[in-house]
Amino acid sequence: MLCNGGRHRAGRLLVALQQWRQAGGVTQRDPRFSVVSDSDLQFFESVLGDTGGVVTDPHELAPFNKDWMGKYEGAARVALKPKTREQAAAVLRHCNERRLARGVGLVPALSLLQGGNTGLVGGSVPVYDEVVLSTAAMNQVLAFDAVSGALTAQAGCILENLDSHVAEHGYCMPLDLGAKGSCHIGGNVATNAGGLRLLRYGSLHGSVLGVEAVLADGTVLDLLTTLRKDNTGYDLKQLFIGSEGTLGLITAVAIHCPPRPSAVNVCYLAVPSFEAAQQVFVAAKQQLGEVLSAFEFLDRESLLITLRHLPGAKDPLPSCQARRTARRGPLSRAAPLYVLVETSGSSAAHDGEKLGGFLEGVMAAGLVLDGVLAQDGGQARAMWHLREGITEGLRHRGAIYKYDVSLPIGAMYRLVEDMREADWPPIRVAGYGHLGDGNLHLNVSAPAYSEELRQQIEPFVYEWTAQHRGSVSAEHGLGLMKAGCIGYSKPAAAVAVMRQVKAALDPRGILNPYKVLPLPAE
Amino acid sequence: MAGRVLVAVKRVLDYQARVRVKPDKSGVDLTNVKMSMNPFCEIAVEEATRLKEAKLAEEVVVVSIGPKQAAETLRTAMAMGADRAVHVQTDEEVQPLAVAKLLAAVARQEQPGLVLLGKQAIDDDSNQTGQMLSALLGWPQATFASKLVLDASAGKATVTREVDGGLETLRVSLPAVVTADLRLNEPRYATLPNIMKAKKKPLATTSPQELGVDVSPRLQTLRVEEPAKRKGGVILGSAAELVDKLRNEAKVI
Repeated sequence: MLCNGGRHRAGRLLVALQQWRQAGGVTQRDPRFSVVSDSDLQFFESVLGDTGGVVTDPHELAPFNKDWMGKYEGAARVALKPKTREQAAAVLRHCNERRLARGVGLVPALSLLQGGNTGLVGGSVPVYDEVVLSTAAMNQVLAFDAVSGALTAQAGCILENLDSHVAEHGYCMPLDLGAKGSCHIGGNVATNAGGLRLLRYGSLHGSVLGVEAVLADGTVLDLLTTLRKDNTGYDLKQLFIGSEGTLGLITAVAIHCPPRPSAVNVCYLAVPSFEAAQQVFVAAKQQLGEVLSAFEFLDRESLLITLRHLPGAKDPLPSCQARRTARRGPLSRAAPLYVLVETSGSSAAHDGEKLGGFLEGVMAAGLVLDGVLAQDGGQARAMWHLREGITEGLRHRGAIYKYDVSLPIGAMYRLVEDMREADWPPIRVAGYGHLGDGNLHLNVSAPAYSEELRQQIEPFVYEWTAQHRGSVSAEHGLGLMKAGCIGYSKPAAAVAVMRQVKAALDPRGILNPYKVLPLPAE
Repeated sequence: MAGRVLVAVKRVLDYQARVRVKPDKSGVDLTNVKMSMNPFCEIAVEEATRLKEAKLAEEVVVVSIGPKQAAETLRTAMAMGADRAVHVQTDEEVQPLAVAKLLAAVARQEQPGLVLLGKQAIDDDSNQTGQMLSALLGWPQATFASKLVLDASAGKATVTREVDGGLETLRVSLPAVVTADLRLNEPRYATLPNIMKAKKKPLATTSPQELGVDVSPRLQTLRVEEPAKRKGGVILGSAAELVDKLRNEAKVI
């Protein structure tokens, strides 16, 4: 249990931190950034002090300095929690100007702790002593239009709270993540979070209607309209979606909410191979049509992790498993993969009929070994829990190397198989993810963290992905961990344009330094 | 062997669903809300299925009382393992006494060696049906069962009940009425092959009129209200302030 959050020994953490910095191509603090001075603190106090928005107490700072996995740790001296965009603008302007006034190396850099700090690539923790700017206090719902479904909210609203808010009017949020109870909508937009319903409602590039962002120099960019159609000039809000806080601080968003489905069905199927899983997916698209809302998969290794480490998790198909094991020998011939199919619609009878036809078809075609259909909300939740709980379960298994790759669907599971067959020291490889979106979560666990192993695994995964024209980050973003890896998925010319965009919006590079783009040579 | 086991199941508001009170406070709004089998009934069905699998029962018959859609709940019970179903179809409101009378009429027809029910339904939380059924039939009752052991040769059932401060063990003669508590077992999922098979299992439909039972309500609901909203907490600055609040505001010390 080495990587278990909160139980680290400081020495090991420090070593791991250095290694992760190196993984992101960061070897030392950029000396051009200044150290936060007492006069800076006085300024922050004058702007935010009345609303308790300046955090300097080491105990209160600790959670800002660490990510939830306990993998990254910074050394910020101060965290700021503005309540309004004006406060945020004043802080940013100050940080930006400090560098102007004093020349090179004097600006407190900003680590934009945009969301609930639930990221997986160290995108929201300070690397060194950057000022942390948290949107936690910007948590007001600004408006909801019950006719169009457009929700306007401040960036620090928690996703699940927003979902409850719009539920009152018969709507739901167009995204759903395992971390919904703590992640912030601003962080979701800044990282272009994907999640479980992307198959149905598309990415945030489609459902975000407007964004209000503060630029590095304090300029407030008000793009907070709720229009579905608006072709006036460049669509600037798209720049901030997925920018991971490197182009501006998102202070509010407008998002299009779809009607809340009143009938939800979930089934969990054991399939004999990844080929069969793909055919089940095609059948689901054809026969379930517009009510299909999720198509997820997990392999046996992932299921075992959840069953072993999550309290209350129960194998929905135990009898199938036991029989097959007895008859055909050890686990190898047991169901290697499981898929979770969800439908969401407005009529239980209509959806049930479609789902019944689909299930009978795939069973008859031998694409499914066995399966269960949730008979009530509790069973549906338990099935989702198996899939959503893998991330949590993995934390109990020693050191974890996590990869989040996009691949053509036909190739995505071959990466897991190739990983298992390659000649490594003893490791265990678990694969799961959003089959419908071609997004594989590849997790490698070993008893203890080893830099040597990482240097073997990482190029293998990234090169394999690049060869198949995949993306080395499907939905987690680049953050710190993968900042040096952008070249695997984007040509040099594209990275050069990204640098120009960054230079235009944040010329001094104060926003979330060391992240997303590899450090520019100056 | 207990021979036939009769299990009563009720279709209720899904326990994960959000409960909304009708604006006129006459009851709970059930339009477009997910309905499922009462969780305690699920436990009763699971127990009956296990008795059959252990060859302690020959046949499991499920019965439900309610509108057309209650047939779906019966299909679920058959997908879990019940052999056939009886649907007493009615769109009227049926209260616990009427349900007990209808179940007694079905029991007289089916002649089970054991009747299993959930201890209560999660919609009205009445916890009355099993007890009244036992009285109407004149059979022994063992409620809140957390363990059930059948002694076929002696024609007895040994039932463990969770009571305050420990366990109580009862021995009852069969036929008997047993109601299931939460820890009796963990119900299985309905697998796809079993869901398909359940579609072909026999489901007989009858009515309160055919069973000769008057279901007219004896109780009148005056008003249904949502629980009072919880007030938000406050953060206090010091222990002294807390003591002051406890003494002068809450008046508890």
